[in-house]
Amino acid sequence: MSSVTRAAAAPRAQSAAPVLVVDGIVKRFETPDGVMTAVDHISFDVAPGEFLAVIGPSGCGKSTLFNIIGGLLDGYEGRVAVSGETLKGPHASIGMVFQEESTFPWRTVTDNVAFPLEIAGLPKAQRVERARHFIDLVGLSGFENRYPAELSGGMRQRVAIARTLASEPKILLMDEPFGALDEQTRLLLGDKVLQIQDQLKQTCLLITHNITEAVQLADRVLVMTYRPGTVKRMVPIELPRPRSSEIVSSDAFGRYVAQIWGDLREEASRGMRDDEAHRGGGAP
Amino acid sequence: MIARAQRNLVPAALGFGALLAFIVFVEVLIRTGAVNRFIVPMPSQIAGAFERVIVEEDIPHRFLITAREAFWATVLLAVFGIGIGVLLYRVRLLRSATETWVAAMASAPTVLMYPLFLVIFGRSERTIIMMGFVAGLPAVILKTIEGLAGTRRVLIDVGRSFKLTEVQLFWKIFFPAALPTMFVGLRLGMIFALINIVGVEFLINFGGLGQLINDLAERYDLPGTYAAICFVILVSVVFFFLTDRLEKWLRPAD
Repeated sequence: MSSVTRAAAAPRAQSAAPVLVVDGIVKRFETPDGVMTAVDHISFDVAPGEFLAVIGPSGCGKSTLFNIIGGLLDGYEGRVAVSGETLKGPHASIGMVFQEESTFPWRTVTDNVAFPLEIAGLPKAQRVERARHFIDLVGLSGFENRYPAELSGGMRQRVAIARTLASEPKILLMDEPFGALDEQTRLLLGDKVLQIQDQLKQTCLLITHNITEAVQLADRVLVMTYRPGTVKRMVPIELPRPRSSEIVSSDAFGRYVAQIWGDLREEASRGMRDDEAHRGGGAP
Repeated sequence: MIARAQRNLVPAALGFGALLAFIVFVEVLIRTGAVNRFIVPMPSQIAGAFERVIVEEDIPHRFLITAREAFWATVLLAVFGIGIGVLLYRVRLLRSATETWVAAMASAPTVLMYPLFLVIFGRSERTIIMMGFVAGLPAVILKTIEGLAGTRRVLIDVGRSFKLTEVQLFWKIFFPAALPTMFVGLRLGMIFALINIVGVEFLINFGGLGQLINDLAERYDLPGTYAAICFVILVSVVFFFLTDRLEKWLRPAD
Protein backbone atom coordinates (compact mmCIF):
# COMPACT_ATOMS: atom_id res chain seq x y z
CA MET A 1 0.00 0.00 0.00
CA SER A 2 1.28 3.46 -0.85
CA SER A 3 2.20 5.83 1.95
CA VAL A 4 -0.42 8.33 0.70
CA THR A 5 -3.16 5.76 0.94
CA ARG A 6 -2.01 4.60 4.33
CA ALA A 7 -1.91 8.17 5.65
CA ALA A 8 -5.39 8.99 4.36
CA ALA A 9 -6.97 5.81 5.58
CA ALA A 10 -8.89 6.64 8.73
CA PRO A 11 -9.11 3.79 11.22
CA ARG A 12 -12.83 3.93 11.94
CA ALA A 13 -13.76 3.49 15.56
CA GLN A 14 -11.71 0.33 15.97
CA SER A 15 -10.97 1.12 19.59
CA ALA A 16 -14.61 1.65 20.65
CA ALA A 17 -16.56 -1.15 22.32
CA PRO A 18 -18.11 -3.33 19.60
CA VAL A 19 -21.76 -2.71 18.81
CA LEU A 20 -22.13 -6.20 17.37
CA VAL A 21 -20.46 -9.34 18.67
CA VAL A 22 -20.74 -12.64 16.82
CA ASP A 23 -19.23 -15.31 18.99
CA GLY A 24 -18.62 -18.93 18.04
CA ILE A 25 -21.65 -19.40 15.80
CA VAL A 26 -22.24 -22.97 14.66
CA LYS A 27 -25.31 -23.87 12.63
CA ARG A 28 -26.18 -27.35 11.46
CA PHE A 29 -29.02 -28.45 9.17
CA GLU A 30 -30.63 -31.85 8.81
CA THR A 31 -30.43 -32.91 5.16
CA PRO A 32 -31.35 -36.15 3.37
CA ASP A 33 -27.58 -36.91 3.26
CA GLY A 34 -27.21 -36.39 7.03
CA VAL A 35 -26.29 -33.44 9.21
CA MET A 36 -24.67 -30.58 7.30
CA THR A 37 -22.68 -27.90 9.13
CA ALA A 38 -23.40 -24.61 7.38
CA VAL A 39 -21.24 -22.33 9.52
CA ASP A 40 -18.64 -23.47 12.01
CA HIS A 41 -17.36 -21.33 14.89
CA ILE A 42 -17.70 -17.97 13.20
CA SER A 43 -16.57 -15.12 15.44
CA PHE A 44 -16.07 -11.43 14.75
CA ASP A 45 -17.18 -8.09 16.05
CA VAL A 46 -18.16 -4.76 14.51
CA ALA A 47 -17.29 -1.37 16.03
CA PRO A 48 -19.75 1.55 16.00
CA GLY A 49 -19.70 3.32 12.62
CA GLU A 50 -17.66 0.55 11.04
CA PHE A 51 -18.46 -1.04 7.69
CA LEU A 52 -17.72 -4.76 7.65
CA ALA A 53 -18.18 -6.89 4.56
CA VAL A 54 -18.48 -10.67 4.77
CA ILE A 55 -17.47 -12.36 1.56
CA GLY A 56 -17.38 -15.98 0.56
CA PRO A 57 -18.16 -18.38 -2.27
CA SER A 58 -21.68 -19.64 -2.95
CA GLY A 59 -22.71 -22.20 -0.35
CA CYS A 60 -20.38 -20.94 2.38
CA GLY A 61 -23.24 -20.06 4.73
CA LYS A 62 -23.37 -16.29 4.16
CA SER A 63 -27.16 -16.18 4.06
CA THR A 64 -27.36 -18.48 7.09
CA LEU A 65 -25.15 -16.02 8.94
CA PHE A 66 -27.34 -13.12 7.73
CA ASN A 67 -30.47 -14.82 9.03
CA ILE A 68 -28.85 -15.69 12.36
CA ILE A 69 -27.60 -12.14 12.96
CA GLY A 70 -30.98 -10.76 11.86
CA GLY A 71 -32.72 -13.05 14.34
CA LEU A 72 -34.69 -14.89 11.65
CA LEU A 73 -32.98 -18.23 12.28
CA ASP A 74 -32.57 -19.96 15.61
CA GLY A 75 -31.31 -23.32 16.80
CA TYR A 76 -27.63 -22.42 16.56
CA GLU A 77 -24.69 -22.63 18.93
CA GLY A 78 -22.84 -19.50 19.99
CA ARG A 79 -24.02 -16.00 20.65
CA VAL A 80 -24.93 -12.83 18.79
CA ALA A 81 -25.02 -9.68 20.91
CA VAL A 82 -25.92 -6.07 20.11
CA SER A 83 -24.46 -3.53 22.55
CA GLY A 84 -23.96 -6.35 25.02
CA GLU A 85 -27.51 -7.70 24.75
CA THR A 86 -27.76 -11.28 23.53
CA LEU A 87 -30.18 -11.66 20.63
CA LYS A 88 -33.26 -13.81 20.89
CA GLY A 89 -35.05 -13.27 17.62
CA PRO A 90 -35.26 -10.08 15.54
CA HIS A 91 -33.96 -7.00 17.32
CA ALA A 92 -34.96 -3.36 16.81
CA SER A 93 -31.26 -2.43 16.67
CA ILE A 94 -30.69 -4.47 13.53
CA GLY A 95 -32.23 -3.30 10.26
CA MET A 96 -32.22 -5.85 7.48
CA VAL A 97 -31.99 -5.24 3.74
CA PHE A 98 -32.66 -8.34 1.68
CA GLN A 99 -31.17 -9.56 -1.57
CA GLU A 100 -34.56 -10.26 -3.08
CA GLU A 101 -36.86 -7.40 -4.07
CA SER A 102 -38.68 -6.70 -0.83
CA THR A 103 -40.73 -3.54 -1.26
CA PHE A 104 -44.45 -3.90 -0.67
CA PRO A 105 -46.03 -3.62 -4.14
CA TRP A 106 -49.34 -2.38 -2.71
CA ARG A 107 -47.74 0.62 -0.98
CA THR A 108 -46.38 3.84 -2.45
CA VAL A 109 -42.74 4.77 -1.91
CA THR A 110 -43.72 6.98 1.04
CA ASP A 111 -45.91 4.28 2.58
CA ASN A 112 -43.17 1.69 2.12
CA VAL A 113 -40.58 3.86 3.83
CA ALA A 114 -43.03 4.87 6.56
CA PHE A 115 -43.87 1.21 7.28
CA PRO A 116 -41.66 0.76 10.38
CA LEU A 117 -42.87 4.13 11.69
CA GLU A 118 -46.47 3.01 11.21
CA ILE A 119 -45.70 -0.15 13.19
CA ALA A 120 -44.09 2.01 15.88
CA GLY A 121 -47.39 3.93 16.12
CA LEU A 122 -46.19 7.35 14.96
CA PRO A 123 -48.94 9.80 13.87
CA LYS A 124 -49.39 9.96 10.10
CA ALA A 125 -48.10 13.50 9.60
CA GLN A 126 -44.95 12.73 11.56
CA ARG A 127 -44.21 9.48 9.79
CA VAL A 128 -44.75 11.01 6.34
CA GLU A 129 -42.34 13.80 7.23
CA ARG A 130 -39.71 11.35 8.44
CA ALA A 131 -40.26 9.05 5.48
CA ARG A 132 -39.67 12.03 3.15
CA HIS A 133 -36.34 12.65 4.88
CA PHE A 134 -35.14 9.11 4.19
CA ILE A 135 -36.53 9.15 0.66
CA ASP A 136 -34.47 12.26 0.07
CA LEU A 137 -31.44 10.58 1.65
CA VAL A 138 -31.54 7.73 -0.87
CA GLY A 139 -32.09 10.21 -3.72
CA LEU A 140 -35.69 9.35 -4.57
CA SER A 141 -37.33 12.74 -4.04
CA GLY A 142 -40.04 13.22 -6.62
CA PHE A 143 -41.03 9.56 -6.53
CA GLU A 144 -42.87 9.65 -3.20
CA ASN A 145 -46.25 8.73 -4.62
CA ARG A 146 -45.06 6.11 -7.09
CA TYR A 147 -45.65 2.40 -6.61
CA PRO A 148 -42.71 -0.06 -6.75
CA ALA A 149 -43.94 -1.42 -10.10
CA GLU A 150 -43.28 2.04 -11.57
CA LEU A 151 -39.62 2.06 -10.41
CA SER A 152 -36.45 0.38 -11.67
CA GLY A 153 -34.79 -2.45 -9.74
CA GLY A 154 -32.14 -0.09 -8.34
CA MET A 155 -34.77 2.42 -7.21
CA ARG A 156 -36.80 -0.32 -5.53
CA GLN A 157 -33.72 -1.46 -3.63
CA ARG A 158 -33.13 2.14 -2.51
CA VAL A 159 -36.72 2.21 -1.23
CA ALA A 160 -35.96 -0.95 0.76
CA ILE A 161 -32.81 0.66 2.19
CA ALA A 162 -34.71 3.84 3.08
CA ARG A 163 -37.43 1.76 4.76
CA THR A 164 -34.83 -0.02 6.89
CA LEU A 165 -33.04 3.25 7.71
CA ALA A 166 -36.36 4.80 8.76
CA SER A 167 -36.45 2.37 11.69
CA GLU A 168 -33.14 3.96 12.76
CA PRO A 169 -31.29 0.73 13.45
CA LYS A 170 -27.91 0.69 15.15
CA ILE A 171 -26.68 -1.81 12.57
CA LEU A 172 -27.63 -1.93 8.91
CA LEU A 173 -27.43 -5.60 7.90
CA MET A 174 -27.48 -6.13 4.13
CA ASP A 175 -27.55 -9.42 2.23
CA GLU A 176 -26.24 -8.84 -1.30
CA PRO A 177 -28.59 -5.87 -1.69
CA PHE A 178 -27.38 -5.12 -5.21
CA GLY A 179 -27.03 -8.74 -6.29
CA ALA A 180 -29.81 -8.55 -8.85
CA LEU A 181 -28.58 -5.31 -10.43
CA ASP A 182 -26.20 -4.63 -13.31
CA GLU A 183 -22.58 -3.68 -12.58
CA GLN A 184 -22.93 0.07 -13.31
CA THR A 185 -26.01 0.42 -11.13
CA ARG A 186 -24.30 -1.62 -8.44
CA LEU A 187 -21.29 0.75 -8.38
CA LEU A 188 -23.50 3.84 -8.30
CA LEU A 189 -25.66 2.44 -5.52
CA GLY A 190 -22.44 1.62 -3.69
CA ASP A 191 -21.66 5.34 -3.85
CA LYS A 192 -25.09 6.08 -2.44
CA VAL A 193 -24.57 3.65 0.44
CA LEU A 194 -21.18 5.23 1.18
CA GLN A 195 -22.75 8.70 1.26
CA ILE A 196 -25.52 7.53 3.57
CA GLN A 197 -23.12 5.72 5.86
CA ASP A 198 -20.90 8.78 6.03
CA GLN A 199 -23.86 11.05 6.74
CA LEU A 200 -25.48 8.86 9.40
CA LYS A 201 -22.27 7.32 10.80
CA GLN A 202 -24.16 4.09 10.31
CA THR A 203 -22.66 0.78 11.36
CA CYS A 204 -23.02 -1.58 8.40
CA LEU A 205 -22.59 -5.29 7.88
CA LEU A 206 -22.68 -6.33 4.25
CA ILE A 207 -22.97 -9.94 3.12
CA THR A 208 -21.76 -10.28 -0.45
CA HIS A 209 -20.00 -12.48 -2.98
CA ASN A 210 -18.81 -9.48 -4.98
CA ILE A 211 -15.17 -8.60 -4.25
CA THR A 212 -15.34 -5.16 -5.89
CA GLU A 213 -18.37 -4.23 -3.84
CA ALA A 214 -16.75 -5.45 -0.62
CA VAL A 215 -13.53 -3.49 -1.17
CA GLN A 216 -15.37 -0.38 -2.42
CA LEU A 217 -17.54 -0.16 0.68
CA ALA A 218 -15.90 -1.84 3.65
CA ASP A 219 -13.39 -0.96 6.35
CA ARG A 220 -12.71 -4.65 6.84
CA VAL A 221 -13.52 -7.68 4.74
CA LEU A 222 -14.09 -11.03 6.38
CA VAL A 223 -13.31 -13.84 3.96
CA MET A 224 -15.17 -17.10 4.58
CA THR A 225 -14.21 -20.61 3.59
CA TYR A 226 -16.44 -22.89 1.55
CA ARG A 227 -18.71 -25.25 3.51
CA PRO A 228 -18.58 -25.39 6.43
CA GLY A 229 -18.23 -21.61 6.54
CA THR A 230 -15.42 -20.50 8.80
CA VAL A 231 -13.39 -17.29 9.03
CA LYS A 232 -10.50 -17.65 6.61
CA ARG A 233 -9.07 -14.19 6.93
CA MET A 234 -9.98 -10.67 8.03
CA VAL A 235 -8.62 -8.09 5.57
CA PRO A 236 -8.48 -4.43 6.73
CA ILE A 237 -9.21 -2.11 3.78
CA GLU A 238 -7.12 0.95 4.35
CA LEU A 239 -8.36 3.01 1.45
CA PRO A 240 -9.04 6.71 2.02
CA ARG A 241 -12.51 7.96 2.90
CA PRO A 242 -14.77 9.49 1.76
CA ARG A 243 -14.76 6.99 -1.08
CA SER A 244 -16.62 6.77 -4.34
CA SER A 245 -16.81 4.27 -7.16
CA GLU A 246 -13.89 6.07 -8.83
CA ILE A 247 -11.66 4.25 -6.37
CA VAL A 248 -12.10 1.00 -8.27
CA SER A 249 -9.54 2.17 -10.84
CA SER A 250 -6.79 2.80 -8.26
CA ASP A 251 -3.78 0.49 -7.87
CA ALA A 252 -4.42 -0.02 -4.17
CA PHE A 253 -7.96 -1.11 -4.90
CA GLY A 254 -6.70 -3.61 -7.44
CA ARG A 255 -4.23 -5.04 -4.93
CA TYR A 256 -6.98 -5.58 -2.37
CA VAL A 257 -9.17 -7.26 -4.95
CA ALA A 258 -6.28 -9.51 -5.98
CA GLN A 259 -5.48 -10.38 -2.37
CA ILE A 260 -9.08 -11.31 -1.56
CA TRP A 261 -9.49 -13.22 -4.81
CA GLY A 262 -6.35 -15.15 -3.91
CA ASP A 263 -8.10 -16.28 -0.74
CA LEU A 264 -11.46 -16.86 -2.36
CA ARG A 265 -10.29 -18.66 -5.47
CA GLU A 266 -9.33 -21.81 -3.64
CA GLU A 267 -12.64 -21.83 -1.76
CA ALA A 268 -14.73 -21.09 -4.86
CA SER A 269 -12.94 -23.93 -6.73
CA ARG A 270 -13.70 -26.29 -3.87
CA GLY A 271 -17.34 -25.23 -4.01
CA MET A 272 -17.48 -25.80 -7.75
CA ARG A 273 -15.95 -29.28 -7.44
CA ASP A 274 -18.37 -30.14 -4.66
CA ASP A 275 -21.31 -28.90 -6.72
CA GLU A 276 -20.22 -30.93 -9.75
CA ALA A 277 -19.78 -34.03 -7.59
CA HIS A 278 -23.30 -33.58 -6.20
CA ARG A 279 -24.70 -33.32 -9.72
CA GLY A 280 -23.04 -36.60 -10.65
CA GLY A 281 -20.35 -35.08 -12.88
CA GLY A 282 -16.61 -35.49 -12.59
CA ALA A 283 -13.34 -35.31 -14.41
CA PRO A 284 -13.17 -37.48 -17.52
CA MET B 1 -52.36 10.75 -23.55
CA ILE B 2 -54.25 10.20 -26.80
CA ALA B 3 -52.24 7.03 -27.47
CA ARG B 4 -53.13 5.75 -23.99
CA ALA B 5 -56.83 6.48 -24.54
CA GLN B 6 -56.62 4.65 -27.86
CA ARG B 7 -54.92 1.69 -26.16
CA ASN B 8 -57.79 1.49 -23.66
CA LEU B 9 -60.43 1.93 -26.34
CA VAL B 10 -59.20 -0.72 -28.77
CA PRO B 11 -59.85 -3.81 -26.53
CA ALA B 12 -63.28 -2.47 -25.53
CA ALA B 13 -64.19 -1.77 -29.16
CA LEU B 14 -62.88 -5.19 -30.19
CA GLY B 15 -64.93 -6.94 -27.49
CA PHE B 16 -68.08 -5.02 -28.36
CA GLY B 17 -67.50 -5.60 -32.08
CA ALA B 18 -67.07 -9.36 -31.53
CA LEU B 19 -70.34 -9.49 -29.54
CA LEU B 20 -72.15 -7.53 -32.23
CA ALA B 21 -70.75 -9.81 -34.95
CA PHE B 22 -71.91 -12.88 -32.99
CA ILE B 23 -75.43 -11.44 -32.62
CA VAL B 24 -75.59 -10.66 -36.35
CA PHE B 25 -74.29 -14.17 -37.10
CA VAL B 26 -77.02 -15.79 -34.94
CA GLU B 27 -79.65 -13.54 -36.54
CA VAL B 28 -78.50 -14.64 -40.01
CA LEU B 29 -78.48 -18.33 -38.99
CA ILE B 30 -82.07 -18.07 -37.74
CA ARG B 31 -83.34 -15.99 -40.67
CA THR B 32 -81.83 -18.43 -43.18
CA GLY B 33 -83.42 -21.35 -41.32
CA ALA B 34 -80.11 -22.91 -40.23
CA VAL B 35 -81.38 -22.65 -36.64
CA ASN B 36 -85.03 -23.26 -35.78
CA ARG B 37 -86.68 -19.94 -34.83
CA PHE B 38 -89.14 -21.75 -32.56
CA ILE B 39 -86.27 -22.99 -30.36
CA VAL B 40 -83.99 -19.94 -30.45
CA PRO B 41 -85.58 -16.52 -30.94
CA MET B 42 -83.93 -13.98 -33.21
CA PRO B 43 -81.77 -11.38 -31.44
CA SER B 44 -83.92 -8.67 -33.02
CA GLN B 45 -87.00 -10.26 -31.39
CA ILE B 46 -85.17 -10.39 -28.03
CA ALA B 47 -84.29 -6.70 -28.39
CA GLY B 48 -87.91 -5.98 -29.16
CA ALA B 49 -89.04 -7.88 -26.05
CA PHE B 50 -87.00 -5.73 -23.64
CA GLU B 51 -89.54 -2.92 -23.35
CA ARG B 52 -92.36 -5.43 -22.84
CA VAL B 53 -90.66 -7.38 -20.03
CA ILE B 54 -89.51 -4.19 -18.33
CA VAL B 55 -93.03 -2.68 -18.36
CA GLU B 56 -95.24 -5.74 -18.03
CA GLU B 57 -93.10 -8.09 -15.93
CA ASP B 58 -91.80 -5.56 -13.41
CA ILE B 59 -88.18 -6.31 -14.26
CA PRO B 60 -86.64 -3.58 -12.03
CA HIS B 61 -88.24 -5.13 -8.94
CA ARG B 62 -87.18 -8.67 -9.88
CA PHE B 63 -83.72 -7.43 -10.81
CA LEU B 64 -83.40 -5.91 -7.34
CA ILE B 65 -84.56 -9.15 -5.66
CA THR B 66 -81.94 -11.22 -7.50
CA ALA B 67 -79.31 -8.52 -6.93
CA ARG B 68 -80.15 -8.47 -3.20
CA GLU B 69 -79.84 -12.26 -2.98
CA ALA B 70 -76.54 -12.13 -4.87
CA PHE B 71 -75.34 -9.35 -2.58
CA TRP B 72 -76.03 -11.31 0.62
CA ALA B 73 -74.53 -14.46 -0.85
CA THR B 74 -71.40 -12.45 -1.75
CA VAL B 75 -71.21 -10.96 1.74
CA LEU B 76 -71.46 -14.46 3.25
CA LEU B 77 -68.82 -15.70 0.81
CA ALA B 78 -66.47 -12.86 1.71
CA VAL B 79 -66.92 -13.33 5.46
CA PHE B 80 -67.06 -17.12 5.74
CA GLY B 81 -65.13 -18.10 2.58
CA ILE B 82 -62.16 -15.88 3.37
CA GLY B 83 -62.46 -16.67 7.09
CA ILE B 84 -62.41 -20.43 6.53
CA GLY B 85 -59.60 -20.03 4.00
CA VAL B 86 -57.50 -18.14 6.55
CA LEU B 87 -58.26 -20.74 9.22
CA LEU B 88 -57.28 -23.63 6.94
CA TYR B 89 -54.08 -21.82 5.96
CA ARG B 90 -53.17 -21.18 9.59
CA VAL B 91 -54.01 -24.66 10.94
CA ARG B 92 -51.97 -26.99 8.81
CA LEU B 93 -53.58 -30.16 10.19
CA LEU B 94 -57.06 -28.88 9.42
CA ARG B 95 -55.96 -27.90 5.93
CA SER B 96 -54.40 -31.30 5.20
CA ALA B 97 -57.52 -32.99 6.51
CA THR B 98 -60.07 -30.97 4.53
CA GLU B 99 -58.51 -29.35 1.46
CA THR B 100 -59.27 -32.32 -0.81
CA TRP B 101 -62.87 -32.36 0.38
CA VAL B 102 -63.24 -28.65 -0.27
CA ALA B 103 -61.83 -29.12 -3.77
CA ALA B 104 -64.22 -32.04 -4.34
CA MET B 105 -67.11 -29.90 -3.16
CA ALA B 106 -66.23 -27.31 -5.83
CA SER B 107 -67.22 -29.75 -8.57
CA ALA B 108 -70.30 -31.13 -6.78
CA PRO B 109 -73.69 -30.16 -8.27
CA THR B 110 -74.85 -28.51 -5.05
CA VAL B 111 -77.94 -27.10 -6.77
CA LEU B 112 -79.44 -30.60 -6.52
CA MET B 113 -79.45 -30.22 -2.74
CA TYR B 114 -82.22 -27.63 -2.95
CA PRO B 115 -84.89 -29.88 -1.41
CA LEU B 116 -82.76 -30.20 1.73
CA PHE B 117 -82.37 -26.41 1.90
CA LEU B 118 -86.12 -26.00 1.36
CA VAL B 119 -86.71 -28.21 4.38
CA ILE B 120 -84.23 -26.24 6.50
CA PHE B 121 -85.02 -22.67 5.41
CA GLY B 122 -88.45 -22.98 3.79
CA ARG B 123 -89.50 -21.55 0.42
CA SER B 124 -87.86 -18.22 1.03
CA GLU B 125 -85.03 -15.91 0.00
CA ARG B 126 -82.89 -17.51 2.70
CA THR B 127 -82.89 -20.83 0.83
CA ILE B 128 -81.83 -19.10 -2.38
CA ILE B 129 -79.09 -17.09 -0.65
CA MET B 130 -77.75 -20.18 1.17
CA MET B 131 -77.73 -22.23 -2.04
CA GLY B 132 -75.74 -19.48 -3.74
CA PHE B 133 -73.40 -19.24 -0.77
CA VAL B 134 -72.73 -22.99 -0.64
CA ALA B 135 -72.07 -23.13 -4.37
CA GLY B 136 -69.51 -20.34 -4.26
CA LEU B 137 -67.82 -21.30 -1.01
CA PRO B 138 -65.15 -23.79 -2.25
CA ALA B 139 -63.75 -21.36 -4.84
CA VAL B 140 -63.34 -18.60 -2.25
CA ILE B 141 -61.76 -20.95 0.32
CA LEU B 142 -59.31 -22.49 -2.15
CA LYS B 143 -58.27 -19.17 -3.66
CA THR B 144 -57.81 -17.63 -0.21
CA ILE B 145 -55.49 -20.47 0.77
CA GLU B 146 -53.64 -20.12 -2.53
CA GLY B 147 -53.23 -16.37 -2.07
CA LEU B 148 -51.94 -16.65 1.49
CA ALA B 149 -49.61 -19.53 0.66
CA GLY B 150 -48.24 -17.53 -2.27
CA THR B 151 -47.08 -14.62 -0.09
CA ARG B 152 -43.41 -14.14 -0.90
CA ARG B 153 -41.07 -15.37 1.84
CA VAL B 154 -39.00 -12.19 1.72
CA LEU B 155 -42.04 -10.01 2.53
CA ILE B 156 -42.77 -12.16 5.59
CA ASP B 157 -39.10 -11.86 6.59
CA VAL B 158 -39.33 -8.06 6.26
CA GLY B 159 -42.29 -8.13 8.63
CA ARG B 160 -40.47 -10.39 11.07
CA SER B 161 -37.37 -8.18 10.93
CA PHE B 162 -39.58 -5.26 12.03
CA LYS B 163 -40.86 -7.43 14.89
CA LEU B 164 -44.48 -7.49 13.72
CA THR B 165 -46.92 -9.42 15.88
CA GLU B 166 -48.82 -12.32 14.28
CA VAL B 167 -51.90 -10.11 13.89
CA GLN B 168 -49.88 -7.27 12.34
CA LEU B 169 -48.12 -9.78 10.07
CA PHE B 170 -51.50 -10.96 8.79
CA TRP B 171 -53.11 -7.56 8.25
CA LYS B 172 -50.01 -5.69 7.03
CA ILE B 173 -48.42 -8.38 4.87
CA PHE B 174 -50.35 -11.61 4.26
CA PHE B 175 -53.72 -9.99 3.60
CA PRO B 176 -52.63 -7.31 1.11
CA ALA B 177 -50.26 -9.75 -0.61
CA ALA B 178 -53.05 -12.32 -1.03
CA LEU B 179 -55.75 -9.82 -1.93
CA PRO B 180 -55.57 -10.15 -5.76
CA THR B 181 -55.90 -13.95 -5.56
CA MET B 182 -58.64 -13.66 -2.94
CA PHE B 183 -60.60 -11.41 -5.30
CA VAL B 184 -60.23 -13.95 -8.09
CA GLY B 185 -61.78 -16.47 -5.69
CA LEU B 186 -64.52 -14.04 -4.71
CA ARG B 187 -65.41 -13.37 -8.35
CA LEU B 188 -65.44 -17.10 -9.14
CA GLY B 189 -67.58 -17.69 -6.05
CA MET B 190 -69.93 -14.94 -7.17
CA ILE B 191 -70.34 -16.55 -10.58
CA PHE B 192 -71.21 -19.92 -9.01
CA ALA B 193 -73.50 -18.20 -6.50
CA LEU B 194 -75.39 -16.28 -9.17
CA ILE B 195 -75.85 -19.38 -11.35
CA ASN B 196 -77.28 -21.20 -8.34
CA ILE B 197 -79.40 -18.27 -7.20
CA VAL B 198 -81.12 -17.93 -10.57
CA GLY B 199 -81.28 -21.73 -10.88
CA VAL B 200 -82.99 -22.17 -7.52
CA GLU B 201 -85.35 -19.24 -8.19
CA PHE B 202 -86.26 -21.07 -11.39
CA LEU B 203 -86.65 -24.46 -9.69
CA ILE B 204 -88.74 -23.33 -6.72
CA ASN B 205 -90.53 -20.62 -8.75
CA PHE B 206 -89.75 -17.97 -6.18
CA GLY B 207 -87.87 -14.68 -6.05
CA GLY B 208 -86.53 -12.53 -8.86
CA LEU B 209 -85.25 -13.10 -12.37
CA GLY B 210 -85.13 -16.92 -12.11
CA GLN B 211 -88.82 -17.04 -11.32
CA LEU B 212 -89.56 -14.66 -14.19
CA ILE B 213 -87.53 -16.83 -16.58
CA ASN B 214 -89.56 -19.81 -15.39
CA ASP B 215 -92.85 -17.94 -15.96
CA LEU B 216 -91.86 -16.72 -19.40
CA ALA B 217 -90.55 -20.15 -20.44
CA GLU B 218 -93.80 -21.79 -19.31
CA ARG B 219 -95.72 -19.27 -21.42
CA TYR B 220 -93.35 -20.17 -24.26
CA ASP B 221 -92.39 -16.50 -24.54
CA LEU B 222 -88.89 -17.20 -25.83
CA PRO B 223 -87.89 -13.61 -26.72
CA GLY B 224 -89.03 -12.55 -23.24
CA THR B 225 -87.12 -15.46 -21.64
CA TYR B 226 -83.90 -14.46 -23.36
CA ALA B 227 -84.48 -10.79 -22.55
CA ALA B 228 -84.81 -11.76 -18.86
CA ILE B 229 -81.58 -13.80 -19.13
CA CYS B 230 -79.87 -10.61 -20.35
CA PHE B 231 -80.84 -8.98 -17.05
CA VAL B 232 -79.19 -11.87 -15.16
CA ILE B 233 -76.02 -11.05 -17.10
CA LEU B 234 -76.52 -7.42 -16.07
CA VAL B 235 -76.56 -8.46 -12.39
CA SER B 236 -73.26 -10.25 -12.98
CA VAL B 237 -71.80 -7.20 -14.72
CA VAL B 238 -72.85 -4.91 -11.85
CA PHE B 239 -71.26 -7.21 -9.26
CA PHE B 240 -68.06 -7.58 -11.25
CA PHE B 241 -67.85 -3.83 -11.53
CA LEU B 242 -68.42 -3.36 -7.80
CA THR B 243 -65.82 -5.96 -6.77
CA ASP B 244 -63.38 -4.44 -9.22
CA ARG B 245 -63.89 -1.01 -7.59
CA LEU B 246 -63.52 -2.56 -4.15
CA GLU B 247 -60.29 -4.29 -5.13
CA LYS B 248 -58.87 -1.09 -6.63
CA TRP B 249 -59.79 0.75 -3.44
CA LEU B 250 -58.07 -1.87 -1.27
CA ARG B 251 -55.03 -2.24 -3.58
CA PRO B 252 -54.74 0.90 -5.70
CA ALA B 253 -51.33 -0.20 -7.03
CA ASP B 254 -52.78 -3.00 -9.18
